[in-house]
Amino acid sequence: MSERIKHWPGKRLSSKELTGGKVTTTSTDPKVKYAWACGEAISRFLEELKNGKLIGRKCNSCNQILFPPRMFCEDCFTPTNEWVYVKDTGTIETYSISYLDTDARRIKDPIYVGVLSVDGASEKQGIMHYFGEVTPKTIKIGMKVKAVWKPKKDREGAITDIKYWRPLRRGEK
Amino acid sequence: MTFLERSRDPEAHKHWYGDMEASYLYSTGIAGEKFFSTLRDKGKITGASCPKCRKVFLPPRMYCEICFSETKNWKDVGKEGTVETYSVGYVGIDGEPLDEPVVYGLIRFPRTEGGLVHVLSVKPEKVKIGMKVKAKLKPKKERKGSILDIASFG
Amino acid sequence: MRKVACIGAGMTLFWRRLQETGKEMCWEAASMALDQAGLTLKDIDMVVLGSAPDAFDGIHMKGENLLDGAGGAKKPYMRVFTGGGTAVFTPIAAWWHIASGLANKVLVLCEEKMSSVFPHPQSAFGHIWDPILDRPLKPNLVWIFAMEMNRYMTKHGIKKEDIARIAVKNKRNAVDHPCAQLPDPNITVEDVLNSEVMAWPVQRLDISPPSDGASALVKTSEKVAKKVSDDIAWVEGTGWCIDKTMWTCRDLVFPEYVARAAKQAYRMAKIDNPRKQIHVAEPYDPFDYKECHHTEGLLLCDKGKAPSMTKEGITYRDGDLPICPSGGLLGVGNPIAATMGIKAGEIYWQLTQQAGKRQVKNDPEVGVCQAWGDLMQYGSVLVMRRG
Repeated sequence: MSERIKHWPGKRLSSKELTGGKVTTTSTDPKVKYAWACGEAISRFLEELKNGKLIGRKCNSCNQILFPPRMFCEDCFTPTNEWVYVKDTGTIETYSISYLDTDARRIKDPIYVGVLSVDGASEKQGIMHYFGEVTPKTIKIGMKVKAVWKPKKDREGAITDIKYWRPLRRGEK
Repeated sequence: MTFLERSRDPEAHKHWYGDMEASYLYSTGIAGEKFFSTLRDKGKITGASCPKCRKVFLPPRMYCEICFSETKNWKDVGKEGTVETYSVGYVGIDGEPLDEPVVYGLIRFPRTEGGLVHVLSVKPEKVKIGMKVKAKLKPKKERKGSILDIASFG
Repeated sequence: MRKVACIGAGMTLFWRRLQETGKEMCWEAASMALDQAGLTLKDIDMVVLGSAPDAFDGIHMKGENLLDGAGGAKKPYMRVFTGGGTAVFTPIAAWWHIASGLANKVLVLCEEKMSSVFPHPQSAFGHIWDPILDRPLKPNLVWIFAMEMNRYMTKHGIKKEDIARIAVKNKRNAVDHPCAQLPDPNITVEDVLNSEVMAWPVQRLDISPPSDGASALVKTSEKVAKKVSDDIAWVEGTGWCIDKTMWTCRDLVFPEYVARAAKQAYRMAKIDNPRKQIHVAEPYDPFDYKECHHTEGLLLCDKGKAPSMTKEGITYRDGDLPICPSGGLLGVGNPIAATMGIKAGEIYWQLTQQAGKRQVKNDPEVGVCQAWGDLMQYGSVLVMRRG
């Protein structure tokens, strides 16, 4: 390090010192709620999930089918033109096997999660979702998968109306 | 240019509801530690002075924000100050009407830079800009090293 | 455009929790950089501050909260924010303040305090996902990196041990950094491969730790620099670029946005063969595989070839192209924006031969640093040349 720098500032504090009253502290616990507008495209997308269907949007300028749907094409910067149903099958683009939950707490049974591109949409048009009926040994990038839907009465117009995606069975389309 | 298709049915548009859950715990810092522990243990309100500019900062800071020198020589600024400005609150944080209005203000101390924002235990009809107020501290055993160790100014 | 110099740098310790408030850390780092530059706050025309998401500090308008410790009161002052990319984007913003002729002396600050949020910084990270499509799946931020790492490894056929070697290199390099949070002189590839699996393929020792910290630089015009300093590094090139919003629609194998940012910076710096013309690099390494990803994005090797550079010894301090000689985020710590101190700050210290035990052996003339951020889509690149 630079000969001229003799002192590096900073006063280290342990978790115990911070939470155990060794130093004075102040805390806040903000309670704010949000209602995020889903917009034209995602509102329809969520509505279609209740019917067990996946819908995308076609851009006539570049001929891409965008999924999830968007009302504008970010490449052409023009409005998209028509609704297109896509399939509830797809391909695993990538995945992870997570031993952490959303707050970084350890969990015993891992979550299989990844990005999949859906059949019927353009290349690299996909979503993040869970995978099921797989093991660390069997899950693979490039694997064909199919959506496992919640029973119709339990669907609420949410991305979780699909429980997970399972490997496509032999002969299945 | 606009979207080529637009629904006119407000029912068709969804909202997704959620929150931003997270809690925060802050250390009060180097200057804050000294300020709040002195308030708790000695019942004194202190400011930090800049050795170059000679200004006394309240709330105290570790450094002088004008010349960037490290502050030295902490000073007891006393308990008496002047109401620089005030307001009377009739609604709570979520807009709910309050049973009793709350008076709060900015209190300046003699020969210091800055001041403290706090609750004024003065009746709304009595409060005035320029009036003298005095810090009312909580009893020592209830003090926790927080700005609420001062119950109010009145 | 006017020539812009860097003439001083400073940083605090990087540590999981520091007692200082954010503004106190800023003041400590700023005072160091000003001391090194031989200037005082009075000399400074304008101040630029960088800090990443407000959710970590739980203070909205963090720029306003930090400003007195940053020396910004009653001066032209702005906060910039490009997620993790802020670490190199903030000195870029300072560069345009001077290159444009608006200012002659700019103080540059970066701060992050990740210890305030409970139960874990991950709780705040949760809020960066899309609320409608991603958040209902209760994601953990590590997932997204694990998915990117998996695709990168799978598509190029890279073994985990070749990536683990990066973590070993950086954590060992960090032993020589006085501010380091996670240095380890004895760590081995086996330690990394045997560490706790978080989200496969990411394991505990593949990740940099969350930290508190601040860092600072002083940048000036050519005229000022030549008058007050003997330790000058010139800013030669700057570039920045961002990929699509919908991360599930991106290429996860090659960071094209980093390559675009690098090309912009290299064009400005008149670099047409970066592998020969760059002598030291500090790419952003919050994960070991990210150093590889970014080394490729910076066009310092072919796609998929970065892990083998470390295997062959090229990226060590005595190699032909030292990479992360500071110890990086993996070893020194990851106070997001404040990693400016081990990216732009380190390149400054390396080019002016002030890095002490960390000094690279190839007598570097030109160095590049890069940071990466937003929802893994932003690249900022800065090229410097010794004065």
